[in-house]
Amino acid sequence: MTENSTKIKVCIVIGASHAGVNFAFSLRKEGWEGAIILFDKDPTLPYHRPPLSKAYLTSNDTIEKNALKSLESYEKSNITLNLGVSVNSINRSEKNIILGNGTIQAYDTLVIATGARPIIPPIKGIDTANTMYPLRTAKDVDDIRTAFNKSIDKRVVVIGGGYIGLETAASLKKMGGKVTILEREERVLARVTAPEMSHFFQRLHTQNGVDVFTNKNVTGIDTQDGVHTIRCSDDSVYEADIIIVGVGVHVNTELATQAALDIKNGIQVDTTARTNDQDIYAIGDCTFHYNPHYDQFIRLESVQNAVDQAKVAAMAICDKNPIYDAIPWFWSDQYDIKLQMVGLSTGYTDTLIRKEEGENTKFSLWYFNGDTLLAVDAVNNAKAYVLGTKFIKENKKIDKAKLVDPSVPFKPVNLLVD
Amino acid sequence: MAKITFITSDKETIIVEGTSGSVMQLAVDNNVQGIDGDCGGVCSCATCHVHVAPEHVEKTGKASEIEQDMLELDDNVSEYSRLCCQLEISDQLDGVVLTVAK
Ligand SMILES: Cc1cc2nc3c(=O)[nH]c(=O)nc-3n(C[C@H](O)[C@H](O)[C@H](O)COP(=O)(O)OP(=O)(O)OC[C@H]3O[C@@H](n4cnc5c(N)ncnc54)[C@H](O)[C@@H]3O)c2cc1C
Ligand code: FES
Repeated sequence: MTENSTKIKVCIVIGASHAGVNFAFSLRKEGWEGAIILFDKDPTLPYHRPPLSKAYLTSNDTIEKNALKSLESYEKSNITLNLGVSVNSINRSEKNIILGNGTIQAYDTLVIATGARPIIPPIKGIDTANTMYPLRTAKDVDDIRTAFNKSIDKRVVVIGGGYIGLETAASLKKMGGKVTILEREERVLARVTAPEMSHFFQRLHTQNGVDVFTNKNVTGIDTQDGVHTIRCSDDSVYEADIIIVGVGVHVNTELATQAALDIKNGIQVDTTARTNDQDIYAIGDCTFHYNPHYDQFIRLESVQNAVDQAKVAAMAICDKNPIYDAIPWFWSDQYDIKLQMVGLSTGYTDTLIRKEEGENTKFSLWYFNGDTLLAVDAVNNAKAYVLGTKFIKENKKIDKAKLVDPSVPFKPVNLLVD
Repeated sequence: MAKITFITSDKETIIVEGTSGSVMQLAVDNNVQGIDGDCGGVCSCATCHVHVAPEHVEKTGKASEIEQDMLELDDNVSEYSRLCCQLEISDQLDGVVLTVAK
């Protein structure tokens, strides 16, 4: 045997969150016998991010309760977890990476799962606003909780009415905060849902005592004696003890860019999650990939995408020829409302609302392009969500008149065009 | 303290003990194949589907409405189906046998 074939292969993963961790365990399951080494600059045992703005924020739990996997399970699967270590660069010609402390680590296969980081918008005075927080990491939540508990007046301004902003507002309200949301667009969730859904959520927050203002472009923050004065372009002014920013993310493509990998709106990968370097894969929030069902190139920020793409990459590396062909899904929990979404609504021509008899907060919004069902947003309605999932997957044609008729029971047989 | 038995689709039997948290988390922490728990336990992903041994349904109780709705169109649903993120570990669950759904 040559030296090369007896040497244990090494798979390095940069980023140990939803994508990286699920990848590592899937790779082991698919039969990879070599080393699997994860690196993450976050020192905390990898955890679920969705609860950060939801149940975890309002609880007194420690982050360990939200761990993706126990420490022992990494050991059992012989996965090496290096936390609190950043990766500084990738050297493709030598097939190695350089860590923050200068150490060089060689790889046979490299997986980039670097995700995304919050945008801190260039608002005048934002860098001197001491109690201003994004919400992406466990530490962000700890900082928010600490500041919130210390604050006497507990006035919170949330800049940005996307999912994270809305969820954080709901959680801080529940904790006793006086919460205001400032959204730049004319409605909340403008980029991700149809107007009906935006209006539903805006009303929900208002009913729960959160002030929601739209068309508010924040232009300056002035901090004095721990109080922030937030100014908008229409000269309106809001005061806050704590500011939360939730205005979107920057994709962490720097390592890939510096290594001259193909980048579009994220790291470009094929349907097996491979980059233009045959030994380098990329998965999760950081990827720009093709979705066969919708015949579109997309970048997603969701657990579904992180986990499913991780599995695809693991299979591909173990020569199982997978194709990434998933219908995206997502959820959001605010107050006692559970929103479940499936599909991609981009390019919809019309929407229909299905209400349920005798229920005010249980309905679903169906997005169509002509006769083709693209996506469903289901509010407190898991049934609509699973039906929508099935119809989208199977390209079923739906009888729209029956769909919106609450007296027609919600069963596949009743709703399909024969 | 509850001793819980998982039977995976490869017919592997895994017996583990837990004191608190959800049965899903216990399964994930012990690498029980087929229980992924992708949504972290909020009834959004249905990757924690198990069949309770019929004689143990008394201990676990029946599936709630949202669990039933999430599983309604699942090919492998049965009257013993549960999403095990909705099962809190307590003494009451001691001895239950759960078969991981396909
Ligand atoms: C508050 C919040 C709520 C959310 N709610 C939902 C929800 O309800 N449903 C849903 O589906 N999704 C939700 N998401 C989105 C979901 O969490 C992300 O899609 C998911 O975390 C993506 O996983 P990832 O592993 O691709 O990237 P990330 O989770 O961003 O992880 C990337 C990791 O890479 C590390 N890293 C980056 N660069 C380096 C480097 N150079 N060296 C070392 N380490 C590095 C980072 O520290 C990070 O840990 C939410 C996100 C947040 C923040
Ligand atoms: S863990 Fe997602 S439904 Fe149980």
